[in-house]
Amino acid sequence: MKYVNEFRNGDIAASLAIVIANEVDSDRDYRLMEFCGGHTHAIFRFGIQDLMPENVTFVHGPGCPVCVLPKGRIDNAIKLVEEHDVILCTYADLVRVPASKQMSLLKAKANGGDIRMVYSTQDALQIARQNPDRQVVFFAIGFETTTPPTAVAIQQAKQEGLSNFSVFCNHVLTPPAMRHILQQDGDQSANINGILGPSHVSTIIGTQAYAFCATEFHTPMVIAGFEPLDVMQSTLMLIRQLNSGTIAVENEYTRVVTAEGNRKAQAIMQDVFELRPSFEWRGLGLMPDSALQIRDNYADWDAEQRFDIEEICSSDVKSCLCPAILRGLNKPTDCKLFGTVCTPENPMGACMVSSEGSCAAYWSYGRFRQPDNSRTEQKMQEKST
Amino acid sequence: MTRPYAGKLDIKHGTVNMSHGSGGRAMAQLIDQIFMFHFDNELLRQHNDQAAFKVNAGRMVISTDAHVIAPLFFPGGDIGSLSVHGTINDVCMSGAKPLYLSAAFIIEEGLALCELERIVISMAKASREAGVPIVTGDTKVVEKDNGDGVFITTTGVGVIPDGINISGERASPGDVIILSGSIGDHGMAVLSSRENLSFETTLQSDSAALHGLVKSMVEVAPNIHCLRDPTRGGLATTLNELALQSSVGMILDEQSIPVKAEVSGACELLGLDPLYVANEGKLICICDAADADRLLTAMHSDPQAQDAAIIGKVVADEHHMVQMQTSFGGSRVVDWLAGEQLPRIC
Repeated sequence: MKYVNEFRNGDIAASLAIVIANEVDSDRDYRLMEFCGGHTHAIFRFGIQDLMPENVTFVHGPGCPVCVLPKGRIDNAIKLVEEHDVILCTYADLVRVPASKQMSLLKAKANGGDIRMVYSTQDALQIARQNPDRQVVFFAIGFETTTPPTAVAIQQAKQEGLSNFSVFCNHVLTPPAMRHILQQDGDQSANINGILGPSHVSTIIGTQAYAFCATEFHTPMVIAGFEPLDVMQSTLMLIRQLNSGTIAVENEYTRVVTAEGNRKAQAIMQDVFELRPSFEWRGLGLMPDSALQIRDNYADWDAEQRFDIEEICSSDVKSCLCPAILRGLNKPTDCKLFGTVCTPENPMGACMVSSEGSCAAYWSYGRFRQPDNSRTEQKMQEKST
Repeated sequence: MTRPYAGKLDIKHGTVNMSHGSGGRAMAQLIDQIFMFHFDNELLRQHNDQAAFKVNAGRMVISTDAHVIAPLFFPGGDIGSLSVHGTINDVCMSGAKPLYLSAAFIIEEGLALCELERIVISMAKASREAGVPIVTGDTKVVEKDNGDGVFITTTGVGVIPDGINISGERASPGDVIILSGSIGDHGMAVLSSRENLSFETTLQSDSAALHGLVKSMVEVAPNIHCLRDPTRGGLATTLNELALQSSVGMILDEQSIPVKAEVSGACELLGLDPLYVANEGKLICICDAADADRLLTAMHSDPQAQDAAIIGKVVADEHHMVQMQTSFGGSRVVDWLAGEQLPRIC
C-alpha cells in the first residue's frame, strides 16, 4: 500500500458512481460543502463532478489558509523585510498572494528582500542558526494541521536560546469558520445540506471538535480524506444520512483520523498558543476566537512583539466576489473579474492565488466546462450490463 | 605554436578570477588548457574567432539555448551535458540533423577550476557521443555574486533533409499525440539534489540528445506534423503551446501517460503535478493517425523511447484547450503553467 494510486482507482470510482446514482433521491437537491481547499483541488483535478448525478452539487468552502489570510498580514510581512531587513521564511504558496499597492512577497523578493521558501519550520530554525547576525522570521500560516510544527519550532528556539528567531503567527482555527458559515441565514445562507469535513486538520483535533454541526445546526458531516475515492465515499455517506434523516458527524478517513485527535499535538499547541480574541479572515471578516496567538511565556519569540507589528486594514478589490465565494454564496464564474482581469498569473482575489482556491481550481481545471453527464451515464450502463 | 603564457593551470586547487575573462594571457591559458584541450576538433584548432564550414544545399536550422541551473551537478547529468543535449534537441525537433555547436560561458569569479573542468569534460563527452562538435565559443567572467557558478549558452546549427516539414502549427484534428517516455524525471532529479530540499531517490535526470531517435522516426514517417521536447513547464505547457500555435484542442488520456512511481511519489509529497515538471530527454510527436503504428514501432526499437505511447488526440476546439480524461473517470482542463510551480501548504 503506497497511498498514491490505491485511492484513485477508476474502476472503484465507476462502481461508487453507480451506487451514488442509485441512492440519490431525484426529487431533492444535495448541496454539499467541501470545507477544505484540498477537497476542492481533488474534485477538479480528478473530475469528480463528472461522476456525480446532476442534483449533487459541491459548494466550495473557506478551507484554504492562503486564501483567507487578510491582505494586511502580507503587508506586515513585506514591511518586516523592507524596514527591518529580516530573513523571512515562508511556505511557498504564500509568495504570490497579492498585498496592497500591487505588491507581493515575490515582488518584495525581486526588489532585494531576503525571502526564503521553506518546506518546514525546521528549515527556518536552521536558517536562524546559520545566520546568527540576522533576524529570521517564520511566516506561520495554516489551520490546525500546520500549527503543531510551528509550536515545536518555538519550543525549540526557547530551549536553544535562539534569540534571532521569531514567528509571525497567522494560525487560524476551522471550527469557528464552520460555525460562522452555518450561522448565516436569509440571503447570506449558503443553503448547504451537508459538509465534507476537513481531513488533515481532523488528524490533529479529532472528529469530536465538529459535534456542534450536528447538534446545534442539524447539518450532517463526514470527515473526508483528500483522495478522490475518499471524496466519493464521503459523498455517499452524506447522501445516506440525508436520505435517512440521521444527522451525525461521521468519519470516512478512519485510516488517519480518530475521535479525539492527536493528544500530544494538542498539548504542544496548548503550551505555546492561546486564543486570539479576534482575527480577520479574508472574505469572512472579523471572527472572535478564530485564531491563535503566542502565549506570554514565549513572547520573546513572537515577531508581533519583537517588531511591534501594527494592524493594517487593507481593503480588497471592490468588484471581487471572493468573500461570497468563500462562504458558498457564489461560484467563481459568477464574478465579473474571473478569467478577465483575474487569472492565476494576475490574481485579484484570494481564491485565485492558491491552487486550492476555488477560483484557481475552476480556471485551471474546469473552465469552458460543458454540463455533460452523458459519458458518466454511458459508463454506468456499461458497468451494469 | 608559441604560447603567450608559461606553465600549467593549477586546476586542482585554482579558481576562476577576473583576469580569466580579461582577454589577456590568463584567458588564453584557460581557453587552451580547459576548453580547447577537451573540446578539441579540427575547426577549433584553427584558433579563429569563428568557425567556417561547408554546407550542402537545403534548409538550415539554428537554435540557441541558455542554461542556468542550480545545482550545477545533479543525478544523471550536469550543466555541461545539459547544455549540449538541450540545444541538439531544439535543433532536431525540426527533423534536422544537427551539425555544429557554439558555446558561451559566463563564469562567476571564484568557481573552482576543477569544477569548470568537470563541466567541460562532461560537455565534451556529450558532444562526442552525439557526433556534434563544439566549434566556436566565448568566455566571460563576472564578479562574485553576479552569477550562479556558471551559465552556458549553446547555439546549434543543422540541416533539414528534403521533404521534411515539421512545425508547431501543423497539428490538425484527427492527429494523434505520441509521447516518447516517462515524464518528470529530470525536474524531480534536480529538485532532489537542491540544498534546501534534498531527499533520497534513485531517480536520474533523463537528459539526452534525441537526434538519433528523431532520425529513425523521420525515416519511417517523413510527414510527422510536430515534434517538441517538453522541457520547462513540462508536458502540459508544451501541449498548450502546440494547441495555440496550431489553433486546435487536444484530449489526453491520463492513464496512458507514463510516470515513474518515484516521480509520482515525490510529486505527491511536494504538492507538484508531474505534468508540469521539466524533461530533458523526451519528445512529443504529433502525426497522422495512419503514421502512428509505424512511428511507435520505430520508437520502441530505440532505447530512448521504449515506453513511447499514444497519449491523446488532436480535436477541433475554438478555445484551443488541452483537456484530459482522468484515470479516475472524470475530465478536466490541463492548463498552462501559471507562474512557477509552487509547493502547496497541505
